[in-house]
Parts: sequence; C-alpha cells; structure tokens
Amino acid sequence: MTEAAAISISDLHKRFADIEVLKGISLEAHQGDVVSILGSSGSGKSTLLRCINLLETPTSGDISVYGEALKLAKNRHGEMEPLDQKQINRVRSSLAMVFQSFNLWSHMTILENIIEAPVHVLKKPKAEATEHAMELLQKVGITDKADAYPGMLSGGQQQRVAIARALAMEPKAMLFDEPTSALDPELVNEVLQVMRQLADEGRTMIVVTHEMGFAREVSDQVIFLHQGRIEEQGPPRDVFENPSSERFKQFLSSGL
Amino acid sequence: MVMLENLSYGDAGFGDELLIGTLLTLELAVVSLVVGILLGLLTAAAKLSNNRFYRLLAQGYTELVRGIPEMLVVLVVFFGASALLQTVAGWFNYDAYIEVNAFVAGVFALGLVFGAFSSEVFRGAFLAVPKGQMEAAVACGMTSWQAFYRIRLPQMWRFAIPGLGNLWMVLLKDTSLISIIALDELLRWSKVAAETTKQPFTFYIAAAIIYLLLTILSDMARVRLENRANRGVMAHD
Repeated sequence: MTEAAAISISDLHKRFADIEVLKGISLEAHQGDVVSILGSSGSGKSTLLRCINLLETPTSGDISVYGEALKLAKNRHGEMEPLDQKQINRVRSSLAMVFQSFNLWSHMTILENIIEAPVHVLKKPKAEATEHAMELLQKVGITDKADAYPGMLSGGQQQRVAIARALAMEPKAMLFDEPTSALDPELVNEVLQVMRQLADEGRTMIVVTHEMGFAREVSDQVIFLHQGRIEEQGPPRDVFENPSSERFKQFLSSGL
Repeated sequence: MVMLENLSYGDAGFGDELLIGTLLTLELAVVSLVVGILLGLLTAAAKLSNNRFYRLLAQGYTELVRGIPEMLVVLVVFFGASALLQTVAGWFNYDAYIEVNAFVAGVFALGLVFGAFSSEVFRGAFLAVPKGQMEAAVACGMTSWQAFYRIRLPQMWRFAIPGLGNLWMVLLKDTSLISIIALDELLRWSKVAAETTKQPFTFYIAAAIIYLLLTILSDMARVRLENRANRGVMAHD
C-alpha cells in the first residue's frame, strides 16, 4: 500500500498515576474506513479515542494522522508533551470530534456554534461559513433552530448540531466518543441515522460506541478493547459471526 | 426654607458641588473597577497556574490586602507612593516635595482591594465552566488563548457577576475613604458643605441618599448584565 493510513497508532500506552489504562494498542484506519471501538466501561476505549487528538497525552507510543507523526517528547517531569503546539492545533482542526455530552458552547446560538471554529480557526469569511452552516443544518435535519441556544434543544437535536459543527471544519476524519450514550432511547435513532449517512458518503470515522447494530452494519473494522488491550479485531462479519475471544463472546451475550 | 436653599444648584447652595462630587465618585469607582477586574483576572490566573512562585505571589497579595482595613490600604498607598517617588527623585538630585495625585492613588488603592477580593470570585467562576466546553474548543484546533477568550471568558461571567456585583457595591461606597487624602469626591464636598452651612444632618443625609440611589441603579444594571450572561442557559419566556 502506497498511501499512508488516515490514522495510525502504534504501541500506545497511557497511564494515569499508577493505573495503566492502555497497554500497547496498535491500529490503522484507512481513508474512508469506519472503525467501531467496543468495550465495557473502563476498557480504555474513550481514552484511546482521546489520545488520537491529544485530549489525553499518551505515556508512550506513536500516533500518525495522514502520514504525519504527532511530535511528542518527554518534559522534565517525565510526562509526554507536544513539542509543536501549532502542529497539534493544525491536526486537531482536521480531526473533528463529537462528544458524548455534546459540549455545544452554551453561550452561543446554534449558528454561532457552527461557524465559530471555521471563522476563528480556519479563518473563513463569515458569510461563507454561515452559508455552509445553513446547508449542514439542513443536512442533519435541523432547519428552524439556527438562532436558538443549545439549552433549548433536545439531546438528539443537540447531538445533530454537534455533528454539523464537526462537519463545518471539513475534517479529514471524525472521532465519535459514545455519541448516543447520553441520549434517551427514542432519540438515539435520529443521531445514528445521520452517522450512517456520513458513513455512506465515505467519511473516515472512528466511533466509540455501545450500539452493536451500528457497529455490525456500518463499520469496516471492529475493535474490542478489554482492560487496555485489543482482544478482538477484524471486519464485523468475522468478529460478530465467529469471535475468537472468550471475553468478546461474553460481552456480546451480555450486551444484547 | 434655608435647607432647600443650601441644597440648591448655583452660587447660593451646594447642589452643584454635590453633583460634581458625585461625578468624581462615579469616575473613581468605574476606573478602579476596570483596574480591579484586570488585577483580579490576572491574580486568578496566577492562582490556577502550574507555577508555584506565581501561586505564592497571588496568595500572598490576596491575604495581605484582605487582612488590612481599606482605609489603611488607602493611606499606605498614598504616603507610600509619595515616599517612593521622593526617594527615586532623590537619586536624580531632585528633592522638591512630591505629592502623588489623589485620584491616581485612590484608583490604585481601590483597585488593589477589588483585585484581591475579585480574584477569588474569578477563580471560582473559572472552575465552574464545565470541562467539556474547553475540550470542544481545543478539539477543533483553537489555541489556548482563543479557547480562553472565546469560550471560557464569556461563560465565566455567568458565575462571576453575582459576586462582582457585591464587590462593586462595596467599592462604590469605599470611594468615600478617598476623601481622607483630600480628593473632592461626594463625601468630601458634603463635609465642606456641612461645615460651611453648619447643617451637617442635611448634607450627610443628602450624601446618603445619593449613595443609595447609585447602589440601586447599580443593582438594576447588575440584573440586566446577569440576564445577558445567562442567555441560552435560563429558561426563556
């Protein structure tokens, strides 16, 4: 393969105080792939995702985004630290993230939320950003709320706005951190529907999720984490039909 | 009535002097507020910094200023600054008597007090902004300054304004302390009028009513600011 992987992680370790949360994770996601990361709580799956855009700094290991290695070095306390904050900011702006608790900026309207980063990080003209924002709101099915504040929307609507906000950055890849876990059951589908649509468009997505249906039907690759290690990995057909790990079998039978 | 005549506007009464004094009081309070807010934000940042020296410095300043009566802070700043300037001028062989401008000394003293108290308000407000708000900001590539200025600072006001409102009331009334270093603000003009006319009760009551009006107006402004800072958070009707 000549083209560099969209996201490539090798031998990633993360330690919080004396607890090792990630014990050597390696994985590759290619352009257009949807990778679902499964695992019970405490398995390290959210930490893994948050290491990709350095919301958590790994203790050791390498991360590359589209062939560009994130430059990290140990500081004098022995903790890893970005060497080049400009590089990190640039890479972050190409990896949009969608959070479990939406994290829409509560003092801004929906429209302001969406154009904030395009205008202030990508330095797009405001008119252009606004036009794009309105198209994205249309796309995620929120048409008449541009001037409302996040607090006035339902959880499902907020998460769809958060996805529009992520798309507004025209990201190369998207990171989803349990995007439906904070939603009432009847609101989960409206968000999953938007995510399926993004997958159909060929977007590169890394999704930490508990939605087995989504993982099975939409992903190209499924990764099951257990206690900081990859226990099971492969195309969904293989891992769901024919799991090799005893723990993944247990997880599947208890989770469904 | 003599009382009303004494309060009248113009040469016969002290009404115009009270108005001038009130304007100076307001000017002093507003300038001190700006200085105090900047100092408070800076001190709060120092208290939350990873640098131990900055933290100690901020802690020391807060403890010191909070532990000393405001009037003493005013006197120490006024005479201290004069003495300091005198010494520095002495190095350059300039030894005429130097007196610090009372307004500048007043702003410095009141700003110092406001900064010490408001640094705690700002520190609390800083920590009250949910972590996810800042994560969303840095995750899309904002610099830490952008994330602070665009996201954290606007949301901090929601938590800070009630506390700052109280401190503003205290500041507004503390401006009267500056009369002891001969700044012609409201209380000093009232005193002059009281002594000239031999009607202390009339003029001190007049001054009290003016301070009360100012604090009532301030409170109305605070409510408006609070509503603005809470936009998007409180239920709208």
